[in-house]
Amino acid sequence: MNFEAALFYFFAAILIFAALRVVTARNPVHAALWLVLAFFTAAAIWLLLRAEFLAIVLVLVYVGAVMVLFLFVVMMLDVNFDNLRQDFRSYIPVGATVGLLVLLEMTLVLVGGGLGKRTVAVVAQPSNTKALGRLLYVDYVYPFEIAAVILLVAIIAAIALTWRPRKDSRYQNPSEQVKVRRADRVRLIKMTAEKPDS
Amino acid sequence: MAFLTAPTLAHYLILGAILFAISMAGIFLNRKNVIILLMAIELMLLAVNLNFISFSYYLGDMAGQVFVFFILTVAAAESAIGLAILVLLFRRVGSIDVDDLDKLKG
Repeated sequence: MNFEAALFYFFAAILIFAALRVVTARNPVHAALWLVLAFFTAAAIWLLLRAEFLAIVLVLVYVGAVMVLFLFVVMMLDVNFDNLRQDFRSYIPVGATVGLLVLLEMTLVLVGGGLGKRTVAVVAQPSNTKALGRLLYVDYVYPFEIAAVILLVAIIAAIALTWRPRKDSRYQNPSEQVKVRRADRVRLIKMTAEKPDS
Repeated sequence: MAFLTAPTLAHYLILGAILFAISMAGIFLNRKNVIILLMAIELMLLAVNLNFISFSYYLGDMAGQVFVFFILTVAAAESAIGLAILVLLFRRVGSIDVDDLDKLKG
């Protein structure tokens, strides 16, 4: 038995099971953890496809940053899970039907379309990272810069949306201090002097 | 046993199709829960990335991997902003039920 085939089926089985558990888990924290497993297994499959750089980027960026963000948010929100699941059972027939239909259609297209005849022999590359880097910085440098701008926009948007200043922090505001006028601080009141009762 | 030879392009594409179908079914099943919806969208993106990388390997063209690089970037940005909106929503409405988002209803 081919070792690569054994690895592929092993990782594919784990990936499909983890994906199923993501969409059927009752607790969103469990779903997030199953998604982490799915991403790790997908990274292993990408290693089988000789895409080492992207496999490691998937683990570092997706699991290390995006899924940690998901877990933060899921654990921060105090959600009542019970009434979110009450319609789950009634949607199973529709969901399963749609899923199976999509799967059937895609399989018919992919297997019957003669894709296998057009594959070329796999050529050994210098190194996946080097080849990817050469392409990114020479041919695709403009989309690379646009991707950096997209990330900057995402940072600004996320902070601008959710930032709240602390209510109990005390700080100086120098422009307010300089704008103060005498009338704001001192008020002269004319009062008649009181005569002591003697 | 015939199916235990080395995996071909069709094997990987069918795996991607299965993942995509599972995430579509997941969107149908979890209509009310916004967090699981976001996770199902991440699964869809994973299926598409697997598709791109398997084509890149079997057709010998590195452009598929470059595109996956950009898909990862945009998906990370979209997750960050989507979760920020979710947090704001929870602060305002108090729940993550999709049915509670009816402020624009007439």
